[in-house]
Amino acid sequence: MRLGLVMWKELCHRRGSVVSGLVAITLGIAVIVGIRSVTRASEHAVAVKLDSLGANVLVLPQGASVDDYHTADIDAPTFPEEYVERMVSSALLGVENLSPKLTRRVRIGAVPVVLTGILPDHEVASKPTWQLAGLEPAATAHACLGDLGPNADERLRRKPVEQLAPDECLVGEEAAARLGVAKGDTLTVAGRALKVSRLLPATGTVDDDRVFMHLHEMQDLLGVGRQLSAIEVMGCCSAIGDGLLSKLRNVLPDTRVVGIAQIVSTQVETNRLMDRLSWGILLIVLLVGGLSIGNFMWANVSQRRREIGILRMIGAPRASIFGLFLLKAVVLGAVGGLLGYGLGTLAVVGFGPAVLGLEVRALPGWVGLAVLLATAVAVLGSLLPAWLAARFDPSANMQEV
Amino acid sequence: MAAEPVLEARGLSKQYRRGDVAVDALRGVDLVVPEGAFVTVTGPSGSGKTTLLLTLAGLLKPSAGTVRFRGAALDGQSDALWARFRRRHLGFVMQSFSLVPYLSARENVMLPLALLGRARREQYERAEALLARVGLEHRALHLPRELSAGQQQRVAIARALANAPALLLADEPTGNLDPALAGEVLELLAGVNAESGTAILMVTHSPQAAAAGTHRVHLDEGRAGARPEGAPATAGSLRSRG
Repeated sequence: MRLGLVMWKELCHRRGSVVSGLVAITLGIAVIVGIRSVTRASEHAVAVKLDSLGANVLVLPQGASVDDYHTADIDAPTFPEEYVERMVSSALLGVENLSPKLTRRVRIGAVPVVLTGILPDHEVASKPTWQLAGLEPAATAHACLGDLGPNADERLRRKPVEQLAPDECLVGEEAAARLGVAKGDTLTVAGRALKVSRLLPATGTVDDDRVFMHLHEMQDLLGVGRQLSAIEVMGCCSAIGDGLLSKLRNVLPDTRVVGIAQIVSTQVETNRLMDRLSWGILLIVLLVGGLSIGNFMWANVSQRRREIGILRMIGAPRASIFGLFLLKAVVLGAVGGLLGYGLGTLAVVGFGPAVLGLEVRALPGWVGLAVLLATAVAVLGSLLPAWLAARFDPSANMQEV
Repeated sequence: MAAEPVLEARGLSKQYRRGDVAVDALRGVDLVVPEGAFVTVTGPSGSGKTTLLLTLAGLLKPSAGTVRFRGAALDGQSDALWARFRRRHLGFVMQSFSLVPYLSARENVMLPLALLGRARREQYERAEALLARVGLEHRALHLPRELSAGQQQRVAIARALANAPALLLADEPTGNLDPALAGEVLELLAGVNAESGTAILMVTHSPQAAAAGTHRVHLDEGRAGARPEGAPATAGSLRSRG
């Protein structure tokens, strides 16, 4: 027999009080795990939504407006293409993908259209809907995936357009209707014949009324040199909240950096609120959980005065008594942590879709963290009662009997 | 040259404070327990018997005096060394049995051996042998509440013997038992003393229980008093310096 068995038998003997001691720590951990799971799910949902929106930051020439970018006037200002390299070399965190563009209003036959030059290997399929057109994707990592962990979604895998030959073009749905072209047809732009390699499905954006061709081909064709109208940036939502726009302005001071602020900031702020809330609750739970376990342990010490006296009488040193109570705290903490993780996860996974409208997934990495946290809280809360138990005068109890 | 006594106390005093009042539980008591002796200490309630036992075991710190175990001074040593002394050399039998309520009879007997870090097999075999010695081998798996008072006290005696102590301290071991059971327990203690040579120091207020000892001494108001009439001569002694 080991003293650990004595502790275990004592726990089994006092099941009622053990259960009440476990409840506090289990509920505390359940709340923490639940909130963290919901926060992660919310971040994930925001990331998915932002992804479906396409670029969320526009880098425009100084003095240009978003309207200029959309209307693509012939005299709309431009900036050098080497700005892309400058942004890449700045290694800003949260800049996931850069999509340089040149836009110009041209006539194809008698039909005015906006021609947009893109770099296929940079172009995001915004635009996930572009993939429906059969463009061959090659997955690249999303900048936010590291944050999202197990909630990573296949939809967040960036799929650049790899196939766009110099003599090919992609045509948006509305533009195709206006031009009356189909896949395989040929369009003549500024005297250059371009084969329609794909018709793009409707995206509900200005892209629907555009014709896309290779950027460098377009620059050569229009004789504008290596100039761009804009760089579309896919910024990680949390990075935007952390001031990505101002960092971009520092890297490219002579440009105008515009974020889809209303969309991003609201959702990022919501996530931040959740995040702060969860850490705030964590602090409260640590405090309340520690006090609860301390209270339970103190009650346990009082209940066990007679047994402590017996153990001391037959030669148990104070260190063993102290160790016994701490061991009990470790067991209660570990069990409470496991139960709390299970309860919190089941609650949010089970009720998340119905109550929160969120698909919440379990966070397996939090099992160990929950156990560690609960154990640490239980041990901290038990230090004083365990110390007092070890200092308990056994003779006082033995003279009572 | 005579062998060192197993336990020797000199000038042992213990003073409590109850509010503003100082209470002298022991007043300069001398005590010698020879190897293999069965010493009984009698005295009325409040005479300091239990205080004497607890002080000799290091569970109470004396106000004055010295305690020696086989010639080695124990007084002034740390709590950890007192605990080691009790673990290795003392056994206890208390009036209220003092068994751990959620451990079986066998586990209660194994407990002192667990504290000594003995192998589980050795603990088990020793506990089985001791339970057989006290006639409770068939009750090994029973919890204390499932045992009669007499059986609980026999388990307590088995536990007290688990570490093969040099000295068994017994505090009113028959105090909660009817006369028949008390007789059985006294017979058991006397048998242990005779067979294994374990010295016993038993405090009791019962003249019948005191008669079981080979040496009898009397304590009254913290002082050693005259031996009760008819008591046998003692090789051990208990006397007051006051």
